[in-house]
Amino acid sequence: MSEYHDAANVTNPEHAEHHIVTPMTYTIIFATLLTLTAVTVGAAFVDLGIMNPVIALAIASVKGVVVILFFMHVMYQSKLIKMTVGAGFFTFLVLLTMTLSDYISRAWGLW
Amino acid sequence: MDNALVASHAHTHEEEHEHVALPQHCHHFETEQQQREAGTFGMWLFLLTEIMFFGGLFFAYLLYRNWYHDAFVAASNQLSIKLGAINTAVLIGSGYFMALGVWAAEVRKKGLLVLFLVITTVLGFVFLGIKYVEYHEKWEKHHIPGEHFDVSEFVNPQAYGLKETPLAPDMAQKTQVFFSLYFAMTGMHALHMIIGIGLLFWLIWRANRGEFSSGYVAPIENFGLYWHFVDIVWIFLFPLLYLINRHPGS
Repeated sequence: MSEYHDAANVTNPEHAEHHIVTPMTYTIIFATLLTLTAVTVGAAFVDLGIMNPVIALAIASVKGVVVILFFMHVMYQSKLIKMTVGAGFFTFLVLLTMTLSDYISRAWGLW
Repeated sequence: MDNALVASHAHTHEEEHEHVALPQHCHHFETEQQQREAGTFGMWLFLLTEIMFFGGLFFAYLLYRNWYHDAFVAASNQLSIKLGAINTAVLIGSGYFMALGVWAAEVRKKGLLVLFLVITTVLGFVFLGIKYVEYHEKWEKHHIPGEHFDVSEFVNPQAYGLKETPLAPDMAQKTQVFFSLYFAMTGMHALHMIIGIGLLFWLIWRANRGEFSSGYVAPIENFGLYWHFVDIVWIFLFPLLYLINRHPGS
């Protein structure tokens, strides 16, 4: 896209090439997601104590990130889109952390 | 991509800038590339509001699970891991065919696009069908929160052949909190799928008329973002509701 004159840098400010993800990539991602589903179901039947929820959520997060990067094409998008997606999840984590820190720092358990 | 070259002349002659040939290209965008990016950006902003919407439900679940942990464990073990896992695979499969649909639109294969969208829809219906079986079981067992909720399986699990630890009657009542969140979260997820299936019918009809096989991919691509987002919600719901409360030792 850079072979034409665009001094004001407005026609394609993010310099994003349009990328067509191939069926091969999708198939690999599909297989990865199914494998991770099998792993997370298997892990649920092993007693790991406090690590059970941690591992289950870690695997879910990996699956979510894989879907976002490849099925949702964020891997191939401009910096604007990547920042937008990142900002959304970051804001959600801030919300979680601040609300939770409120709840766990109160005098609960005294009722 | 060709029209990007055409539109770049707009800066040299501001007054009489050229219009691009493709019908989907709106006048207020410099290039089709820019239009497409603006569409993707807008779709993601919508999805961010969806993250916050489901995020509130996930947070409520996290908090109540800590408060009424024993009730959440007992109630969660009522769910069928088998049906949950099958539904996860069905939904991932549906997302896979949606992704293939975006590819088919990009390489302008109309027949394949329609086929992939139809498979996406069918798998969506399979998911909802399995969800119905699960809901129906809760209905029969009186495990739907409200006046007719039945705590007997939780206060006296041995009588039902369950290996759970019996709950005190007040804690057993808190299983209603779990089921409230279960129905709220999976119900909202199912509602998103029903809306998605409605949109899929519309897209299949339009795809069949050849609207998306001449370089105009944005509606398919942006609907794909929505459909994959719904997948991601389920990817988190499945471990939280079905998996993390199993205790294999007992």
